[in-house]
Amino acid sequence: MIGVQKSFGATCALKNVSFTVSPGEVHALIGENGAGKSTLMRVLSGACQPDGGSIELDGLKFAPTNPLRARRCGIAMIYQELNLAPHLSVEENILLGTEPSTCGWLHRSQRREMAGRALAELHRGSIPLEAPVNSLLIADQQVVEIARALVGHPKVIIMDEPTSSLTTTDAENLFAVIRKLSERGVSVIYISHFLEECQRICHGYTVLRDGESIKSGQMTDTNFSEIIRLMVGREIKEIYPRNPHAVGEPVLELRALRGRNKPRCVSLALRTGEILGIAGLVGAGRTETLRTCFGLDVLESGRVMVFNQDRSKATPASRLAQGIGLLSENRKEEGLMLGLSLADNLTMTRFKPISRWGLIDKHRQEQCALGWMNRLVVRARGPRQTMGELSGGNQQKVAVARLLHHDAKIFLLDEPTRGIDVGSKAQIYRLMDKLASEGRAIVFVSSYLPELLGVCDTIGVMSRGMLSEVRPVASWTEHSLMSAAIGKAENGTSN
Amino acid sequence: MELQTETVPSRTAGTSSRLRPVFSRLGPFFGLVLVMSLFAALLGIKDLSDQLGKQAAEHRVDPHSASGWAAAQACPFEGLNAFISVANIKTVLSQTVIVAIGALGMTMIIVSGGIDLSVGSAVALTSVLGATLLAGGWPSAVVVLMTILAGGLVGLINGALISSLRMMPFIVTLGMMGMGRGLSKWIAGNQTVNVPPGSKINNLMKMEDLDHFLPLPQGVWIALVLAVIMTVVMRQTVFGRYIFAIGSNEATARLCGIRVPLQKMFIYSLAGLFFGCSGLMQLTRLTQGDPSGAVGLELDIIAAVVIGGASLSGGTGSILGSVLGALIIQVLRNGSSLMNWPTFTQEIIIGAVIILAVGLDKLRQSRRNTAG
Repeated sequence: MIGVQKSFGATCALKNVSFTVSPGEVHALIGENGAGKSTLMRVLSGACQPDGGSIELDGLKFAPTNPLRARRCGIAMIYQELNLAPHLSVEENILLGTEPSTCGWLHRSQRREMAGRALAELHRGSIPLEAPVNSLLIADQQVVEIARALVGHPKVIIMDEPTSSLTTTDAENLFAVIRKLSERGVSVIYISHFLEECQRICHGYTVLRDGESIKSGQMTDTNFSEIIRLMVGREIKEIYPRNPHAVGEPVLELRALRGRNKPRCVSLALRTGEILGIAGLVGAGRTETLRTCFGLDVLESGRVMVFNQDRSKATPASRLAQGIGLLSENRKEEGLMLGLSLADNLTMTRFKPISRWGLIDKHRQEQCALGWMNRLVVRARGPRQTMGELSGGNQQKVAVARLLHHDAKIFLLDEPTRGIDVGSKAQIYRLMDKLASEGRAIVFVSSYLPELLGVCDTIGVMSRGMLSEVRPVASWTEHSLMSAAIGKAENGTSN
Repeated sequence: MELQTETVPSRTAGTSSRLRPVFSRLGPFFGLVLVMSLFAALLGIKDLSDQLGKQAAEHRVDPHSASGWAAAQACPFEGLNAFISVANIKTVLSQTVIVAIGALGMTMIIVSGGIDLSVGSAVALTSVLGATLLAGGWPSAVVVLMTILAGGLVGLINGALISSLRMMPFIVTLGMMGMGRGLSKWIAGNQTVNVPPGSKINNLMKMEDLDHFLPLPQGVWIALVLAVIMTVVMRQTVFGRYIFAIGSNEATARLCGIRVPLQKMFIYSLAGLFFGCSGLMQLTRLTQGDPSGAVGLELDIIAAVVIGGASLSGGTGSILGSVLGALIIQVLRNGSSLMNWPTFTQEIIIGAVIILAVGLDKLRQSRRNTAG
């Protein structure tokens, strides 16, 4: 593909991406969160069309207009999350969408043969064709997914983070399958955050950063250090406020926190006046850590100490009562009630100061909302405007204002600056700084390294459900944060 | 936390955008006026043509001649007069009471994103229970209380199952629909239970000998008072905000520390009390408990709530709208029967009105979304 471009509104997701994959090659596509990998794959698989540039397949111009056409041209996609119909059988899943049929009548024997052959090619003929997919192990489900891709005799298979939900042995099996495919002349585009995996199975690589392909080359000619440098190599342009925070007593301690799936083991101590950053890649378990801590997800084991008292058993209601507030990363689906008014959203956790005997004083509610709107510079028609009509940045400010109205002492902020404009981002940084200097404590989860380094007092890195040691910000660099996130920490804890 | 002491610029909203919420809230009201004037016109035309036909038949006069017209003018508009007469309005209002009171409870449930299909059965059950207790010689005050509480109990069971087992409200209340119906038939011994004559309960819906100052049956006043109370509850109380919050986005409601399961139990129980109240009205109107009555009542009630502007996906709806929706349905019934249309025509019309009301609402919303 040559010079592919893709813009979404004002943000340019792909600026200039070019790389070549030869037949039978396993090509690694490496880049940070938001570097444009997913968009690129969506373009390749026909889910969206590029605005510029061209893609060639076997020397011919290739411009898929929808996923089905791309699939017919020989491009198969395996997504990060498994896309199987859990109640259907293995055979039905493998042939889903490509069922051999005459006028809608399915050919049973032909189906069995096709599905069986696809599994046999992967040396996994032992998987029963009749079994419902949800009875299989995750690794076998992944095999089914690959078999589905193989049925169409693809030339290129794109795998997006295929090992993120696999155990080590399952991942080994997958690698064997990938080598097998490569021997058959099928090209694989392998997207992964885990560099050591890429180094083991990939021949070539391309590094993406901010929507551009920075460098392509052979895996054998490079090393981790160079790739990481290529991934993060950018200057810090934004200016972050930095006032000294008086860091005091611990207010929130997590001890070996373990959730149902993630997090696996998280320990940290948050003190008053501290902004504690949690870095890590998407899927590392950062959001789950905050949710488990807030009582939204199940706490399997471990302890949560709030103001030096054991408060491990909790619901969101009790956490709010303890003075902990959570800002959800998913503003639209979880953070806000888009159909309700701004004032209702803002005061939802604490009606007490504006109501008596359960009756809300509408006037006081509006005054209260107006006060916060002025302080956080929320642009809206008024406190009764419907939340869904506001822009992303203003919505986020209202979500933050809810925590302020609640008078939370401990803030759990999950990606507070995601999807909002630069001006609003700067306001949120300033607000965080101010809160910390007032002696409140903040846990700040972010995928954007410069903001973590710019705002936090201490930072820990999550990788595969585990949190590293939390260290002062001065001892971290973008390079070391990225190394730790990729699981290749300097102290060699990677497995 | 003061970032900047800049005041929010209150963007000068155009009059159209300011009036828009007023219009959308009055939508069902316009609907009611429209339906009433439509029937008035239809009945007037029917009267006129009946008259002209009669004149033509009797006097062999050309219906288009001036004398025929004058004769028709002189004759009273029977159907139209019947439609707009005080007695008929009273009848419509008192017929609306059962659906309207049920709609008060159903509005809460639908706004919270749920549904209750067991209302018809709950109404049958509570009315049979009330009749049985009255026949057993219990004092009427106790019977009233027991009837309403029985409705609340049905709602409590619904709510408890929905929130504790995280089951779909549709399934739970569908099951309850069958169970309630069966139970009421069991209690009644599969036949109607007559209320002993002279019981005070029968006065609730009495149309004759009404107080001069309150010239409507007591049931209508009760429904009105309940509607006013529920309007305040939905709009002004913390509980009301929680109902909207849960319906708008349950995940956010949970995040905001709202005890969603507990609130749902409250919602369904309180709605159950209203359904019990509906059952009581049913009992006084029929002066007997009919275990196989009120079949499909839940659909009438849901239709009233939906015509009133509520969305089945939750988060929107109003008490006033639902009450107007109930009135619209009743006016359609009443007008159709005055037109001497057969029952199946009524059913077709009511079905079409539901689709029309919701369709217009969707159209308006999509236009607003594209405009904004």
